[in-house]
Amino acid sequence: MNYWRAVLLVAARDLKVELRSREQAVTLLFFALLVLVVFNFAFDFTVIDFVTLGSGVLWVAFIFSGVLAISRSFQLEREQDRIQGILLAPIDRSAFYLGKVAATVLFMAAVEAIVVPVSVVMFNFRFSGRIALVVLELVLNTVGFAAVGTLFAAMTTRTRRGELLLPLLLFPAAVPVALAAVKTTTHLLAGRPFERYASWVALSAAYDLIFLAASVLLFDYVLED
Amino acid sequence: MAGQPSGSGWMDTTERALDLLVALLVPVCLYTIFQVVPTEEKMGVVQRIFYFHVPSAFAGFLGVVLCAVCSALYLWTRDRRFDRVAHASAELGVVFFTIVLLTGPIWARPVWGVWWTGEVRLTSTLVLWLMYAGYLILRQSAENPEQAARWAGVLGIVGALDLPIIYKSVEWWRGLHPKVLRVSGGQGLDPAMGKAFGLCVFTFVLFFTALLIKRCRVARLEDQVAELTHRVARRSVHTEPA
Repeated sequence: MNYWRAVLLVAARDLKVELRSREQAVTLLFFALLVLVVFNFAFDFTVIDFVTLGSGVLWVAFIFSGVLAISRSFQLEREQDRIQGILLAPIDRSAFYLGKVAATVLFMAAVEAIVVPVSVVMFNFRFSGRIALVVLELVLNTVGFAAVGTLFAAMTTRTRRGELLLPLLLFPAAVPVALAAVKTTTHLLAGRPFERYASWVALSAAYDLIFLAASVLLFDYVLED
Repeated sequence: MAGQPSGSGWMDTTERALDLLVALLVPVCLYTIFQVVPTEEKMGVVQRIFYFHVPSAFAGFLGVVLCAVCSALYLWTRDRRFDRVAHASAELGVVFFTIVLLTGPIWARPVWGVWWTGEVRLTSTLVLWLMYAGYLILRQSAENPEQAARWAGVLGIVGALDLPIIYKSVEWWRGLHPKVLRVSGGQGLDPAMGKAFGLCVFTFVLFFTALLIKRCRVARLEDQVAELTHRVARRSVHTEPA
């Protein structure tokens, strides 16, 4: 079977499961919104400028809900031993990996697409920057986070510690993504010129490429048994 | 494999010689640090903690690098010995970086006036330490030693790829490098200080090596015990009446 077709099929399967059950996206969305609410109570945004703290608030919401999304999607694989089925299927294992990354990115993007506008309303922020750059930045950093997260989740969800272990491995490894995301978002919210944060965008893109490539090469070793 | 003697003759001799050398060098280091080396004029007595702090960082990095190299070699060759070295060096890396993270604030408090800052080396060392602590927890959580070795191999490689990116990103995040660190950077060092540094680094690296050899031997014995237990279990299944 064509490699990219296999990737698409894996991603489409995850989406289909989600569309039928509709449990993940709704839960994740409410979780991310609750993070915003918690921050709304924790910091007094009538005094603090949203530009200063907003990017951090948003990315904490995305990263926390992202971890949940990734670990949930591998828990589903584990139930009824779906991983066995994948191993028996005549597709490349890295295609399975890329399909899972794609599905995770879509889930996270769906949450982001709602949380970002909601936060603009909630924190009374007047955004004047370029929407295209916001989308680019969100996609680049979400891909990096999902790339490493999916590789790690394939290991951690099969252990005794399960979901507890994933953030333990993922957060330190995703430090560059978190820093790049927060910095870029801050510059974007402040409406600064692209040159000011171009190197951060480049860092996110480099992170994506390095870890997608490394994970594709290493994923065989993860799913050997 | 199970019937092997505990180790070849020359390995035992090397190990013992190394132990002896470390046992001799540590008191020499302590004497040098507290009696021979002059007190740094700006920082005072507390600067002497550098003779522990910096060599520990050297040993810690040695552990991390060795772990990455042996992880890759393990995945390539599937030779258990590489995995044992990777595991042992990750453990030692965590131990030595713990020393680094403990001695750092003790020095920073009187000199910088704060226990902790967001400075690039501090922050990235902490992230590194957390990552390798996670590596050890992952190994522990795997279902069997073979799986632990494979997963650890993957994590060892990903971690090594990540470290320079983490360092770079934290550096950019902080903006410019604080000048305070240059004082510790090495210019204007008393010649006695330089020599003491060299001696301490040498001793710590030897100490690291001695511990590594011992940890690898323990790991090999653990493997043998697991193998024997497995064999006994299999035999009892076979001999049981149907």
